[in-house]
Amino acid sequence: MSSKLNQMIASKYFSFFVTLALFVILYGAGMAIYKGFMRPQVFLNLFIDNAALIIVTIGITFTLIIAGIDLSVGAVLALVCMVLAWLLANTGIPLGLAVLLVLVMGTVFGAVQGYIITKFDLQPFIITLAGMFFCRGLTAVISQDTIQIVNPDWVALASYRIDLGVGFVSIGAVVALIMIAIAALVLGFTKFGRAVFAIGGSESSAALMGLPVFRTKVMVYAISGFCASMGGLAYSLIMLTGYNLHGLGMEMDAIASSVIGGTLLTGGVGFIPGALIGVLIQGVILTFISFQGTLSAWWTKIVVGALLCVFIIMQALITEQKSKLSSKRSMETPKEPPAAAVQS
Amino acid sequence: MAQALLEMRHITKEFPGVRALSNVDFTLHAGEIHSLMGENGAGKSTLVKVLTGVYPRDGGTVFLNGKAINPKTPKDAQDCGISTVYQEVNLCSNLTVAENIFIGREPRKFGMIDWKTINQRAAELLAKLDVHIDVTKTLDNYSVALQQMIAIARAVDVDAKILILDEPTSSLNEEETAHLFKIMRQLQKQGLGIIFISHFLDQIYEICDHITVLRNGELVGAYETAKLPRLELIAKMVGKDLNEVKDMDNFAEKSVPSDEVFLEAKGIGAVGKLNEVDVQIHKGEVIGFAGLLGSGRTETAELLFGINEINKGSLSINGKKLHLKNPMNAMEQKIGFCPEDRKLSGIIGDLSVRENIILAMQAKDGILRHIPYEEQVKIADDCIKLLRIKVSSREQLVKNLSGGNQQKVIIARWLATQPDLLILDEPTRGIDVGTKTEIQKMAISLAKKKGMAVVFISSEMDEMVRTCTKLVVMRDRRKVAELTGSDISSDGVMKAIAGGAA
Repeated sequence: MSSKLNQMIASKYFSFFVTLALFVILYGAGMAIYKGFMRPQVFLNLFIDNAALIIVTIGITFTLIIAGIDLSVGAVLALVCMVLAWLLANTGIPLGLAVLLVLVMGTVFGAVQGYIITKFDLQPFIITLAGMFFCRGLTAVISQDTIQIVNPDWVALASYRIDLGVGFVSIGAVVALIMIAIAALVLGFTKFGRAVFAIGGSESSAALMGLPVFRTKVMVYAISGFCASMGGLAYSLIMLTGYNLHGLGMEMDAIASSVIGGTLLTGGVGFIPGALIGVLIQGVILTFISFQGTLSAWWTKIVVGALLCVFIIMQALITEQKSKLSSKRSMETPKEPPAAAVQS
Repeated sequence: MAQALLEMRHITKEFPGVRALSNVDFTLHAGEIHSLMGENGAGKSTLVKVLTGVYPRDGGTVFLNGKAINPKTPKDAQDCGISTVYQEVNLCSNLTVAENIFIGREPRKFGMIDWKTINQRAAELLAKLDVHIDVTKTLDNYSVALQQMIAIARAVDVDAKILILDEPTSSLNEEETAHLFKIMRQLQKQGLGIIFISHFLDQIYEICDHITVLRNGELVGAYETAKLPRLELIAKMVGKDLNEVKDMDNFAEKSVPSDEVFLEAKGIGAVGKLNEVDVQIHKGEVIGFAGLLGSGRTETAELLFGINEINKGSLSINGKKLHLKNPMNAMEQKIGFCPEDRKLSGIIGDLSVRENIILAMQAKDGILRHIPYEEQVKIADDCIKLLRIKVSSREQLVKNLSGGNQQKVIIARWLATQPDLLILDEPTRGIDVGTKTEIQKMAISLAKKKGMAVVFISSEMDEMVRTCTKLVVMRDRRKVAELTGSDISSDGVMKAIAGGAA
């Protein structure tokens, strides 16, 4: 019995399953208490409302896996919303080009941060904090006030509903899910993705194994910047404005989601579907509060804070348990080689 | 002679303020196992790192099969066919065994990594090395010895022409080492050139064809193993006359233990770690815990230092019965402990030598009691002089010292607390012959001059025999014999270890 439990704990996906179970329980509780939870659309709304956060979380999960962090994502998201709104309001450039421009801008910004961090071996925390101030400031310089987006195509995209029979989803939600799938594939099944994990496990080992550490790290921050700008587009589709305070503190929500989903801040461990569930759990709590009607939305933060604490402690316990298991196993190993020698 | 596989000519490498290599030549032929020898800091690791592209060289040329090469990164070197297994296993513990073998060159199917093939081929590769483990588990599930085998499997599979093994055996037990040597001979027959670095002379003489000796970053010479007697080799490594080296082996007389018992353990044990062990430690005694890796030597030491709690038996110190709950309790009883893995649980690389030495004292006194700077300086200087630690100043960062000197800093740390019992767990592992002898001598002189009791744990039988006045022999987590006086010999220990197995 206990050995089975130990095996479960040693499994790479243990914390993912805990998160998933928590989500199911929360959702089940919602269905038991509020009839409204039964409607499929409520479930789909989780994706619609959190599309931007999901996308941003993907990027931040990449940086967390290499034991880095990207605090600039919320500010990049705001900058993207603002630049897009400004471009559409003040220049005649086509929508497609404007979208492309902001995506390139976010990605390049991420890559530059990554280059600085890697080249000078600096703390990602500080560099991306600087990046956050920079983008937030730049956003305010472009405009202190809200800029409305009135471009008809963008408005049409924003209100476009993809009918699924039982309900509908937005473009943003679909993009978020596609990006989740791509990110999971990239991390699990490409050389680049595995190099990301290797760097998170041990950067010096990764370099000695001949992996392109420099390039990979820069690319990870570029991906984070790209995700932040994609998140900005998704955010823009919901808000249809450019505003200096968009996405304030979103980097923290994203980090929290990622950690609840099983990412270790020490690097080397992370699971994209887990990060998705992490976002959804926050969404469910928010849904609870809106169904309840009288509670302040800030209760979400309280619950998320408590959850985060619980999950971090759980991860610490798992790590401890694992190292206990492996030390046990290494105590057993001296007996193995003789057996092998007999075979040979 | 046929063209050399690898030729390094006039290699020079400078670090700020230090000339790590000057004008070093090195030649390796295919199908040869060649040892690089030298004391710590002689430039072996630097030479290897220059060859593998970790450090750029400042001068000289490298020819591989007659063609000049200039690897700038480990990847470049790997592409040229130069693979390395480093002293500290350089794999990623968060990845699976199979992935660690294949990362960077994963077989792919439709552009995506083909996990099935990876797992299958990894299992086959390891099977060739006689290692049978679940390759889909993450690396941190396995012991260091197994990780080492996995690192070799990786190195060999990258189509290597040259395999560099940098102290691969320092964490392996005898059977694992034998296993490794079998693999090395197998690879040698396949025409690989192998560079083997080790501090174990026995191993060098068992497996190597040629020896190149370095000292202080300079080439001393290259020799055929068969034509170079051990003492001569040591003389070349330390740069002394043969006669002086002979003296080194002629040890200072062992200490004479007093009748006063410092510590007495009766049937101590801990569930799953150790079965009842009796030990009596007298003042002024150097007592050795002998046995194979995993026999319970370290576990016994850990019980004596309170790292693990004793669940069985009783322990008395200076005649008083005690229960040690944690290392702090043990320190209060004037016990000091230098752990086996100095990188992991001993040394703090980013602090200076002085700070590292003061650490245990500070811990004992409580963090609130400030030790005056002048006193710290005095203690540090005393220790540096006493142990002959090679440092540029007492404020040098410990991470910039060689392994042997780091070990001395840890010993100094405990000496500063003026313990009555000092436990040294593998104090000579991974350090050069000269320093080894110094540490052994130091253990004896501590016992002699200060009446300190010293527990000496080592895998090298010779040094135990030379240093200890009493040997506790362990096997399978229990004590199987206690040898004193003239019974202490390598033979005696071997017999005691083998005794019950027959």
